[in-house]
Amino acid sequence: MPAPTSASASASASASAPASGPATAPAPAPSVVSVSVAVLRAEARLFAREPGAWFWIVLFPTALLTVLGLVPAFREPSKDLGGLRVVDLYVPVALLLSTITAGVQSMPNVLTGYRERGILRRLSTTPARPVALLLSQVVLHGAAVLVSAVLALAVGRLAFGVALPRQPLGYAVAFVLAALAALATGTVIAALSRTVKIAAAFGTIVFFPTMFSAGVWAPVQTMPQTLQTIVQATPLGAAARALGQAAAGDWPDWTLLGVSALWAVVLIAVSARWFRWE
Amino acid sequence: MPIIEVDGLRKAYGNRTVVDGVSFTVGEGEIFGILGPNGAGKTTTVECVAGLRVPDAGTVRVAGIDPRTDRDEVRQILGMQLQESELQAKLTVREALELYSAFYRRPADWRPLAERLGLTAHLRSRFASLSGGQKQRLFIALALVGSPRLVVLDELTTGLDPRGRRDTWALIEEVRASGVTVLLVTHFMEEAQHLCDRVAVIDAGRVAALDTPSGLVSGAASPTVISFTPSEPVGSGELEALPGAVSVRERDGRLTVDGTDETVDAVVSLLARRGITARRLRIADATLDDAFLDLTGRTPASVPAPFPAAPAAAAERGEG
Repeated sequence: MPAPTSASASASASASAPASGPATAPAPAPSVVSVSVAVLRAEARLFAREPGAWFWIVLFPTALLTVLGLVPAFREPSKDLGGLRVVDLYVPVALLLSTITAGVQSMPNVLTGYRERGILRRLSTTPARPVALLLSQVVLHGAAVLVSAVLALAVGRLAFGVALPRQPLGYAVAFVLAALAALATGTVIAALSRTVKIAAAFGTIVFFPTMFSAGVWAPVQTMPQTLQTIVQATPLGAAARALGQAAAGDWPDWTLLGVSALWAVVLIAVSARWFRWE
Repeated sequence: MPIIEVDGLRKAYGNRTVVDGVSFTVGEGEIFGILGPNGAGKTTTVECVAGLRVPDAGTVRVAGIDPRTDRDEVRQILGMQLQESELQAKLTVREALELYSAFYRRPADWRPLAERLGLTAHLRSRFASLSGGQKQRLFIALALVGSPRLVVLDELTTGLDPRGRRDTWALIEEVRASGVTVLLVTHFMEEAQHLCDRVAVIDAGRVAALDTPSGLVSGAASPTVISFTPSEPVGSGELEALPGAVSVRERDGRLTVDGTDETVDAVVSLLARRGITARRLRIADATLDDAFLDLTGRTPASVPAPFPAAPAAAAERGEG
């Protein structure tokens, strides 16, 4: 009786198909991209709930620029600065300051906390990978730094008449390399710190030298020659100088861009080597 | 086909061997307990099952798949609750459920799942604001949201009050009733006794015994506890000499004898012969606690209990 047998077989197969997938028709697992997008979306919502991070990364650099811009003497062109005003020099400094607060202060604490509280470990029990969480944090902090940069350039231009960069592409390249190096510094801090407390202490130790090298206290152009040479060997010191050149309309020195890029590569390699997921 | 097959599993951290030749199989639809004192190697064992750690030796199969070579496939069919792992403090219950759903090939609809776990009223609550019990229920939901065939629950009820623990047990029974196999890691005897179909007792990285909870209890050296207050003093030496008696304790005139059913008969007839009344006589089965201590404690273990699934112990006895 071939007909009834095959009929019942196909009936049972179609009945069991929706219930027990793997044996019959394995649906494709969600792709790495769609899983990463889901993680990024969740992390973006969480990032939006951190007003402290927003303040320090997005608002604080422009607030500092505004305060300095309100000092009348800082709006006077100076011969020592090659005809530029102090407020002109502080626009790139504001950009670099936001890469520092994002990369050195905010991100390492988030990542170290995720590891300390077992969030990375929990994620590693699912088909998602904890690296998706790390990359989401890098992307979100990078985006916040970008928003901060646009805000500083806009306020500088509109409130204080600071000219927009005359070599925009070179400016963008120098800025992206600086942001990469700063965020990579953050992943190194997170890699080497076992607890949030250690990460915060480590971040503070790194915070002041990087701010100094970025020219927060005195723009790099105003430093004595020897000090300039030293500072330009640091990722943000080199970027500060490169941003100054691009603002004036020149393509930045390849050596300066190379210094920032090399730092970024080395720091990424260090964190990839030492980062612990649990 | 068993859903979990572990054979000769070994894992060392540096010089410290944590898991030393563990073997067991778990059938589909079972609640299988892994019981043992702290530091016995329970968590490492289940981490190897889940593919979170790479064993030094031995084989692990989950539904026939090697978690080492096909991590992704195992993660699609295995849901896991880990000890001491949290979620992002400001992530809401709803966001967590939606996020974890996105990881799986055939996610369960999280709404009925949340309903069943009593989370519907808390969907908008942030993780940090949840109570311990709510967090545990959310973790169970996240372990189930991928429609797994197997869930691994590690020390799930640690830190819950007795009421929360009972509620969680009921949930685990529901989970199994829906056809999901449960691998339960615990150090609560009561929990294992209440929930598990079979239990592997792990001590110092080895399987000390593997049986049903009642099998473990009846296999213990002293499965019965007799206690009473005699109307006249009885020498404890006399009681210890009775057949099957393992130990005798006295406290405030009340005697407690650990032994077997044979000991019960002997005690009763001894007292009858002497004309002694046994006030408030109580006879109880030993608990899994007693069996556990018997297996893992350093108590007089000269007579290893005859566990069917511990051939190594039997062989040693044969030689001695």
